[in-house]
Amino acid sequence: MEPIDSSLVDWSRAQFALTAMYHWLFVPLTLGLGVVMAIMETLYVRTGREFWKRTAQFWMKLFGINFAMGVATGIILEFEFGTNWSNYSWFVGDIFGAPLAIEGILAFFMESTFIAVMYFGWNKVSKRAHLASTWLTIIGATISAWWILVANAWMQHPVGMEFNPDTVRNEMVDFAAVAFSPVAVVKFCHTVSSSWVLGAVFVVGVSCWYLLRGRHREFALSSIRVAAWFGLFAALITAHTGHQSGRDIALYQPMKLAAAEGLYEGGTEQGLVLGGILRPGADWTAGSDDRFLLKVEMPYALSYLATHDLQGYVPGIRNLLEGGYKMPDGSVALSAEEMMKRGRVAIDALAKYRAASTPEEKAAALAVLRANFPWFGYGYLKSPGELVPSVPLTFYSFRIMVMLGGYFIVLFAGLLLLGQRVTRWKLVQLAVVLTIPLAWLASQAGWVVAEVGRQPWAIQGLLPNVAAISRLDVSSVQTTFYIFLALFTLLLVAELGIMGKAIAAGPETDSTSA
Amino acid sequence: MLLGRIVRFYADGFRRMTLGRTLWCIILIKLFIMFAVLKVFFFPAYLQGDEQEKQQQVSAELTERIAP
Repeated sequence: MEPIDSSLVDWSRAQFALTAMYHWLFVPLTLGLGVVMAIMETLYVRTGREFWKRTAQFWMKLFGINFAMGVATGIILEFEFGTNWSNYSWFVGDIFGAPLAIEGILAFFMESTFIAVMYFGWNKVSKRAHLASTWLTIIGATISAWWILVANAWMQHPVGMEFNPDTVRNEMVDFAAVAFSPVAVVKFCHTVSSSWVLGAVFVVGVSCWYLLRGRHREFALSSIRVAAWFGLFAALITAHTGHQSGRDIALYQPMKLAAAEGLYEGGTEQGLVLGGILRPGADWTAGSDDRFLLKVEMPYALSYLATHDLQGYVPGIRNLLEGGYKMPDGSVALSAEEMMKRGRVAIDALAKYRAASTPEEKAAALAVLRANFPWFGYGYLKSPGELVPSVPLTFYSFRIMVMLGGYFIVLFAGLLLLGQRVTRWKLVQLAVVLTIPLAWLASQAGWVVAEVGRQPWAIQGLLPNVAAISRLDVSSVQTTFYIFLALFTLLLVAELGIMGKAIAAGPETDSTSA
Repeated sequence: MLLGRIVRFYADGFRRMTLGRTLWCIILIKLFIMFAVLKVFFFPAYLQGDEQEKQQQVSAELTERIAP
């Protein structure tokens, strides 16, 4: 059998990344803007003021545009699983299938049912029934996100399954372990709260645009007040869950943490790099050169983040490749070479099991496979260096995400402190408008850290990309990549056009608008 | 009776749509491109045959891609 062309791996990854990143333009705005508009409708029901109804209806219109443009873009990812990632799709078995099926049947139908009442039900159902529909729409969307993130979290930290060599599939043996794994819970909280931040940034940004144009003053100020409180709350939760996520990464994906920190040589009392410039072209797999041109550290912070102990030991890339250090569970870390050797033994045992003709041969092969299965995926790697993800991409994406997260906290707090005085600060209004794309940048950067940082794995430790992809022609993957690029660009231009027109038209004129 | 009210609710809602018409057009075009073009011509299921044959294909791929 011909070896897999490395460019096929790269193009398959690029295609999946393009589709996922495009899909992720819409999802966080749905999750974030949905809550803002539901809060505004709640204010309408509680106060009875028509003003809040018009405000909620305007944000609902923008929500609808975003929802319509984003709907079904995730389906392409499922096409890609079957065509480009067939080994992966088969290997994950029902573990991926179950959460996605629940997502489709329960959450998506819930969302779809109530969204109709939300849009068609004004003046046809009671105020409270309408409000309940609005909240259930966004709750449905959030439950959808839960199941998708459960599936993603399982790839980052596979639990609750057993590999069946007869079917060559992982089979779920503990649904609760999959659905409520600590990685899934933290990932959900971090992703959803960061989406709330994005929604809040969008609302304050659009509102400031109205202030800059001297339009819809009361609408803009009220929207800013609601979204800034909500955004501040969400940004603080995001920071907290980000800290928890860092702890999970230290436990389950230490190479990702080392790459995000540019930590080649680990140790105790490690500082967290607040900002820095990596030496271009530095080799992160070997050698002893200084890999930073510049860096500013917060002493002890990385040790605390990773171990909740200021003196805690954090392994660097070299330590992770060479092994020999004491792990949190007290065992000694294996070297990459040793894990690769055990992985090859596991794969060889699978081959022997499949070829075995007697029960004794099968039992013997199965015992070897079970004993070495935790390192199964390492058997596909040709060199330890393949375990190191792109350090610059992970490092800079992490800093972009964290710095922007901090900026959003300052932004929301500043807007709350300014209150109505924001109408006099044109520069602040402009800065808030320009912040809108930064919310997407932070959100996408977060996914780059999560997904690039876990390379080369499709499933952590069990299946690297080189084994997960289908044996297709590189040219066919390239072709679909460019088709998607063209299609997605066209759709994005259409969305921006429709969204821009709706924003320019503004909410139904209120008494204080210019 | 209830079914009739639900049907009227939706029919009336769709009839009164303004911006929604454009959005539905975009959704339908998008779904057509995805299912009638992309899925059919660019994304066939890679694994063929019955369950046993698929198991065999994946097994062969996974065991033969082992690093030398």
